[in-house]
Amino acid sequence: MASLKELASREDLLSGGHRACAGCAMTSIVRQVLLIAGRNVVVSCATGCLEVTTTIFPYTAWRVPFIHSAFENSAATISGVETAYRSLRRQGKIKEETKFIGFGGDGGTYDIGLQSLSGAFERGHKMLYICYDNEAYMNTGNQRSSATPFAADTTTCPVGCVVKGKPQFHKDLAAIITAHNIPYVAQACGSFWKDLTTKVEKALSADGPSFINVLSPCVLGWKYPTDETVEIGKLAVDTCFWPLYEVVEGNYRLTYIPSQKKPLGEWTKRQGRFRHLHELGGEELLEKAQREVDRKWERLLAISEKPARPGKQPKDTSQ
Amino acid sequence: MKVVGLTGNDAVAEAMRQINPDVCAAYPITPQTELMEKFAQFVSDGLVKTELVLAESEHSAMSACIGASAAGARVMTATSANGLALMWEMLYIAASLRCPIVMAVVNRALSGPINIHCDHSDSMGARDAGWVHLFSENSQEAYDNTLQALRIAEHYDVFSPVMVTLDGFIISHTLERVEILDDEQVNKFVGEFKPRYPLLNTNNPITWGPLDFHDYYFEHKRGQIEGLEKAHGIVRDVGKEYEKLSGRCFDYFEPYRMEDAEVAVVALGSAVGTARGVVDELREKGKKVGLIKLRVFRPFPRKEIAQALKGLKALAVMDRSNSFGAYGGPVFAEIRSACYGTGLDIPIVNYIYGLGGRDTTFEEITRLYSEMGQVVSSGKRPDEIRFLNVRE
Repeated sequence: MASLKELASREDLLSGGHRACAGCAMTSIVRQVLLIAGRNVVVSCATGCLEVTTTIFPYTAWRVPFIHSAFENSAATISGVETAYRSLRRQGKIKEETKFIGFGGDGGTYDIGLQSLSGAFERGHKMLYICYDNEAYMNTGNQRSSATPFAADTTTCPVGCVVKGKPQFHKDLAAIITAHNIPYVAQACGSFWKDLTTKVEKALSADGPSFINVLSPCVLGWKYPTDETVEIGKLAVDTCFWPLYEVVEGNYRLTYIPSQKKPLGEWTKRQGRFRHLHELGGEELLEKAQREVDRKWERLLAISEKPARPGKQPKDTSQ
Repeated sequence: MKVVGLTGNDAVAEAMRQINPDVCAAYPITPQTELMEKFAQFVSDGLVKTELVLAESEHSAMSACIGASAAGARVMTATSANGLALMWEMLYIAASLRCPIVMAVVNRALSGPINIHCDHSDSMGARDAGWVHLFSENSQEAYDNTLQALRIAEHYDVFSPVMVTLDGFIISHTLERVEILDDEQVNKFVGEFKPRYPLLNTNNPITWGPLDFHDYYFEHKRGQIEGLEKAHGIVRDVGKEYEKLSGRCFDYFEPYRMEDAEVAVVALGSAVGTARGVVDELREKGKKVGLIKLRVFRPFPRKEIAQALKGLKALAVMDRSNSFGAYGGPVFAEIRSACYGTGLDIPIVNYIYGLGGRDTTFEEITRLYSEMGQVVSSGKRPDEIRFLNVRE
């Protein structure tokens, strides 16, 4: 595993000049992934924030081969690229080893893209799929997705006089993907660079499909100051809302346990989309949300191997 | 050259075996299924190098085809009816990304109601997507068109996807006498695929499918329009080359006994076979009737069709699909549009027929010609939209 210094010396395969918002976690995540993947990679991307901010004709920020075809089919598209590679390699027409990475937001992955992801994984293509999860259809202005957390305010389930944000808990996508029995599944967060890059390396060396769901805080959608993205990501993890773990050949392993589990409110109070949880009448919602976080965390603790040094925060994550 | 008994589905599968594409991604749907099954057996027996992706839906099948084509592979697939409808957005994307994919469409009625039998509503519904459309009359043509489709698609001036149609069940499942070329001949005819900007060339990273705002989108579509226009000449060139190889002629359409015809019918697909017999019988009785089998629907051969219709006194256009709310079916609309301004001022009658696999018999077509004869003798302009063999 490369040191931060060594990683920082590698060529950045996503150039600057793209149109992502100030403070966007997504492009930082992609850069981290590409630092590990290197140039011998082909990337696909679903329609969404990543695609539209990085490929406005006649410009592109991608220094690796990239294909966007539609919204719900990043996985199907990259599975086609991977198949062509296998065919041409078997015919002796290609010599180099190439990796295949499909990107999609939670919109293009949890919802409209779930079928094509499931199909590609079931077929066993050697590809890594990375979901950058900003917890709503952010590119089109914050409409809810099945990744949107309970009680979050979005434009299609807004907080109003009668309904207080999203009534459902978010889907557990990593669990769904784990049920596909693929070699490697993980949950990560852009704020923990060492954890994320280690997971990308493991995923890329898997002999079959791999999947990483990466939490991607969104300044405009979650409503917090632009310079707090890394901290917001850390709080999501330290409140155990977004546990960092991996499933290797079906075995669960937590890769990080907070030294002190923080109350969910520490995370939600920093974001405008959860403001109503901290106003009069919002306590019940926050309690319900907390109970669900605790339930899932306890269950994860029960089935997971723990990290060698519990409570140790990875170095160099934020400042 | 070999003579074998093949169904339409077999014939396309055989053409695919000989072409031996790098990748095929498909999903089964009646009546295409046997085509896929036949080809899957070739794969399992190691008779082709093709990597076969058994996609979980047609939308994913076409998406995988696009990914594979963009990667630099030669790609083929097949579908029918609602499978085609499910991949509808991807048809447009395949065409605009200039992926030279060849797809067999085994024509079946689009739902609803759900019906598995033949009509042309599926491929006609996709006529605006930017694909070349070739219609096949029988198993022989399904085979021949598939081979030529590849050359048309991969020609650098076209570099667009091509759809080869064959009537569901009527042709796809009917055993016919087919002449197939030798593997060597096909190999030589199709040659090696030369991709442009393949994704797998990591030394030259390219972005496929960028966001294209109002400042550039229109120019890109204009280029795509040109590509399909160019296909017009290339379809004929490839047809001529194929004729040298096979002895069979292929052009935009095939006129039959049109030289002194006064009344003619334009039709696509298997109905042509029936109509040809009717023409022969009527000719025996001294009727001056003819038939035009339209093969290339996209790009529509407007000048050539208008030219072929000169001298007629009346024309019947058979449409095996309907465009709801439009004035007549798709073929009728294209022909009238092609004839406007050419001086052709004859009654043109649209016969919507065969929807949902409704049988179109010898007697029905004979009656059609007889009605057209009456149109000529009455000297009047008749009802222009008629329906063949339906309870009213």
